Formats: sequence, C-alpha cells, structure tokens
Amino acid sequence: MNFTEGFRKKEFVEYLITRIAGNIPRKIKLMEVCGGHTMAIRRYGIHSLLPADIELLSGPGCPVCVTAQDYIDGAVAYAKLPDVITVSYGDLLRIPGTKSSLESCRAGGCDVRIISSTLEALNIAKDNPGKKVIFMAIGFETTVPGTAVAILEAKNSGLNNFFVMNAHKTMPAAMAALIDEGIPIDGYIGPGHVCAVAGSSIFNDLALKYHVPVVISGFEPVDLVQAIYMLVKMISEKRAEVEIQYSRLVTSEGNRKAQKMIEEVFEPSTQTWRGIGAIQNSGLRIREQYAAFDIERQYPVKTEPSEEPRGCLCGQVLKGLVKPDKCKLFGKNCTPLHPVGACMVSPEGACNAYYNYRSI
Amino acid sequence: MRELIEKVFLRHFGMHAGLADSASISVDGSSLAYTTDSFVVDPLFFPGGNIGKLAVSGTVNDLSTCGAIPKFISCGFIIEEGFRIADLDKIVESMASEAKKAGVRIVTGDTKVVKRDQCDKLYINTSGIGYLPEDRKHICTGETIRPGDKIIVSGTLGDHAITILSEREGLTTGHQLESDVAPLNNLTEKILGQPENIRFMRDITRGGLATILAEICENKTFGIEIEEGRIPVRESVRSISELYGFNPLFLANEGKMLFIVKKETDEKILRQLHTEETGKDATIIGEVTEEHQGIAVLKSVIGGKRIIEMLGGEILPRIC
Repeated sequence: MNFTEGFRKKEFVEYLITRIAGNIPRKIKLMEVCGGHTMAIRRYGIHSLLPADIELLSGPGCPVCVTAQDYIDGAVAYAKLPDVITVSYGDLLRIPGTKSSLESCRAGGCDVRIISSTLEALNIAKDNPGKKVIFMAIGFETTVPGTAVAILEAKNSGLNNFFVMNAHKTMPAAMAALIDEGIPIDGYIGPGHVCAVAGSSIFNDLALKYHVPVVISGFEPVDLVQAIYMLVKMISEKRAEVEIQYSRLVTSEGNRKAQKMIEEVFEPSTQTWRGIGAIQNSGLRIREQYAAFDIERQYPVKTEPSEEPRGCLCGQVLKGLVKPDKCKLFGKNCTPLHPVGACMVSPEGACNAYYNYRSI
Repeated sequence: MRELIEKVFLRHFGMHAGLADSASISVDGSSLAYTTDSFVVDPLFFPGGNIGKLAVSGTVNDLSTCGAIPKFISCGFIIEEGFRIADLDKIVESMASEAKKAGVRIVTGDTKVVKRDQCDKLYINTSGIGYLPEDRKHICTGETIRPGDKIIVSGTLGDHAITILSEREGLTTGHQLESDVAPLNNLTEKILGQPENIRFMRDITRGGLATILAEICENKTFGIEIEEGRIPVRESVRSISELYGFNPLFLANEGKMLFIVKKETDEKILRQLHTEETGKDATIIGEVTEEHQGIAVLKSVIGGKRIIEMLGGEILPRIC
C-alpha cells in the first residue's frame, strides 16, 4: 500500500473525529501556524468535519505573507539596479509592494528569475560573473538550510557576485507574541517541516511558559485530524506538552547537521513580521564573517517609506483575528489574479486557501 | 488573460459569442466550426510529443470539443535564425503523422525566419476548420445540461503539465512520465452517433478540470458534485504534484476531454470510450445536481465538501 493512501483513509478520519467529539471539554480555538496546514485543511474540507466546538485559526505560517512590506520595496529597488539578476521563489514575485512588485519589474525589463533551489541561484551567479545575483531569502527554519548551504558553497568556491537579501524568520517567538497580544489560543498545530529541521523541542519553552499544548503535525488528512485529537486530549487532561504526531519525519532534536550549518552562517535577531511588527529573537541575521554575502550590508539602497495596501486585513488574518472571507476586499477587489495583499498571492496564504477552497 | 481578451479583443472585433474554443459560422447554409491557436511550449521536445504534435492535436481538439468534424488545418511557423533544420524536420514530420491519424489535411501555411533572440526557437500558429452538424450545436454551450446527468473524464489528469515541469526542472523521479498530447476526434466520434445523449464536451486544457466545472455552473440553475476519489491521476503525477504543492484539478492536459452525458446512457458511453486508446481510462467522476445551484462542489477523499473554483492566478510551487 502506498503510505499516503493510509493517511487519507476516510474511515480513519471518521474514527478520529468520533474520538475528538468524545473528548472536547468546552469550546476551543486551535491555531495552525503553517500555511501548508491551512491549505490541506481547506483542500480536504477537514474544518467541515470537526465538531462545532472546535474553531480553527490560521496563523502566521506563510513565508511570503509574513514578509514585511519594506522588504518587497527593497527587493524592487535592487531589481531595478543595472547589472542585477534577482532570483526568488515563485510566489514572492507577485506580492504587491507599496508601488510595484518583482513581477512588474520583470515585465518592465528587469532580470528577475524564478528558482526552486538555492543551488540554481549559485549556478546563475557562476554563469553571469559580471552581474550581481541577489537571492531573496525568505521562509522559516525549513528553507534556512538551503540559504546556509548556498552561502557556504559561495564562500568555498570564491564566488563574489552572489548575494542574499535576508528575511528568514523562526517560529516560536512569533507564536509567543500572539499569546502575549491576548489572542485566545488553546493549542497549536505545530509546523511539520520546520520541526523536521529544528526539532520539536524548540516549542518546549512556549508550552511551559504559556501552558499551551503543541502537537507537531504532518500534512495528510489523517495527520491533521490525529494532531487535533492529540491536542483535544491534552486540553481535556489539562496537560500542556509538546507532542509529535508527524513521527515519521520529526524528532525532538531535529536535523543536527542542518542546524549546525544554520548556526555557522546565521545568528538570532529581531525580524519584522507583517501584521505583528518587530519581534525579538524571531529571525536570523547573517553572521559578520559571512557579511560579504549580505546585499543590504554591502550595497544598501534607499526606499520610500512603505505603506500597507488600504483596506488589506492581511495582518489580522495572519494573527487569526479575522477569517479571510470576512475581509471586505476578499473575492472582490482582492483575488489571486488581482491580489491586494500577500495572503492572497501565495499557495500557502490563508486568503488564497479560502478563495480556492471555499466551504459550501 | 480573460480580462485582456474582453477589454481589448472582443471590444474591437465585435465578437459576442461566449469564449468557446472555436467559433460556429455559417457559409452558404453549411455550418462550420473555425478555430485558431498558437503554440510556444518550452521545451520543444518532451516525452510523449513535441510542439508540432501539440499544434495539430490542440487544433483538432478545439474543433472536436464542440462536436465538429475537423477537416483542414493551416500552420504558420515563426523560426529563430539558427534553428536546426533536423529538429524542424522532426517536428513537421510529426505534424504530418498526427494529421494523418486524425484524418485531417494540412492545406496551407506560412514561414517567417526572424533574427536570433527575436523569438524563442520556434513558435507555431494554426487555424482549423471542421463541419458542425446541426444536431451537435448544443454541445458547446451545454444548454441541455440537467440534474441527473453524469460527468465523465476521458482519462488521467495532469500528465502533460507535470511532464513539462519535470523536463524544465530536470526532475528524475524513477517514474515514467509522458505528456498525454493526442488528437481526440476519433474518441469523440465514437460517442456522437446519438448527439442528444451528449450534453456537453470540453477538452481539459489550461486551468484544468476545476476551471471547466466552475465555469459550467456559473449562474446556472443546477450544481455539480464530483468525488475526489474517483478522479484518475497517475501515481507519478500525484507524487510530483504533492512535492510541489500542486492540485491535479488545476493542471493542464493536452489529450483529455470532459463529457456531461444523459444519465441513462453513461455506462454505454463509458464502454464506447474504453474502446479507444485515448479513452481507456475514462471514468465517471460525478453528476449534475439540483442542489447548490450555480456551484461545483468536490467531496474530498475523507468526506469533506468544498466549492470548486476556477484557477485564480498562476500555479506556484510551495516554498516550505
């Protein structure tokens, strides 16, 4: 049997839903912090199968959605410079900045290329020695190793035209910030691929300090429903621990080799999250010995003050305060074809998930 | 793209019909279907075909999809200076072969050679003409669709899109991937002996199955319900789709057709489709319903229900 079939079996889901219904102590709010989880929940209609006492909130787990507006404006400024090749993951291109986007830059003649691996970016730099190749380094712990590998490889091979515009973020501090802001969260569906790299233990302090359970979930329907069951069980037993549902990929310690590479190249820093603001220890900064690859330190650019698009509620959506379809722009002025905000562009954005996978 | 077409082309050309794959025209009392298309696929050669096979198949299918009998095709070539004659020969030979299989004649054409970098290797434009029998005119509009009708897809979804992606990205999966590009007129003629049983046909190209289903229902007094578990998808296509975070419902095909048929004839039509190579995996995936009028609904493999939307924006891979 193909293992994914087992994780999509209707009878397993039905069994777990029954167990959930039998264990709910009260109305509870659970937040999934990974955009991939939001997409899977909407795609399979999991939210429509849960008992009414469970409300699912989408959190700030979409890499492009949480990237601050001024990063996009800066990226556009770099893209317009002569002799620059901008390389990026696909959905960042369509995120609207204050006045433009990387996609508009490309249409206007700038050299902006979509890649799916940082090693492609290195090859582009090697093939274009007369150009500055700038990689848009966004994402959480999942994608940081890719950036670290690229920087280490660039250093080892003496590549001096490869740069990174860094906006990497890390999850636990942002999840704590939401609780500090008073957002009612009874449990977290934890990010599966983040923890495959970083280990589930990164959430131990969060669970202890805020007495909120965290279950690290996979992405198949049975994974998610089982994770929800494990959360409901902990809540009913008044336990607040970190448990792993995604045991086929995640351990408490994570991928030590990847972590060593990250520690070699990056150090913890403050990062600005769209909708939340600056959060200490929620991001990564390139260490001084690799500063030669940090484009903002090597060639700073000036940009106009950034403005969020008028009427856009992305910030509130990212905190789980507003459901996407309650935004006045949703589905009217703001669609995947004509997005106003970042959450509508990305396939991991809550608004995009709600638009493409609407409930009846 | 739809917006561009409405704002610029329809406005100036005074076209009023719905945006179908081909136009229905009348010449001296004869009903014809007339279509045009352009092909810019990259890479030019891919497992299962090439740009030439795509050009002939795509044009034949644009005519067949509305019930027309394809007869004649024209093709114009825009060739980048320096393009290898050996490659051009292979492509054109392939076009001749597909045209013969489909029983159509390529009767006229044009060639332009442009300077290096003024086009990307080779572009092909085609037009096609076919006869459109009077008793098949309802097929394009779907005006006879009613609750109870069954929905059939002619085979596995996403083969072409994922094959092209794999070629572009250099993916090696250990699976055999191949585009499904093929002319479908022999398949459609198998079931058009009694056209009143066929309510609607559409080839499942850009935008995927989801876009067609959502479009059919828009502003109508019926709804559609399909079952995700019944949609045929090859294991290789499913694996790569999941790696990239793609949904096969939105992926492009070049040799697949959607049929909506009268309920009482569904099994017979299925048997007829199974007799053709291009229809051997045909499956009933759902039905037209009186419920949730104007909306297409998908019942997921785990029983959850959600609305099927048209593809909005580009298909982009997941980041993490």
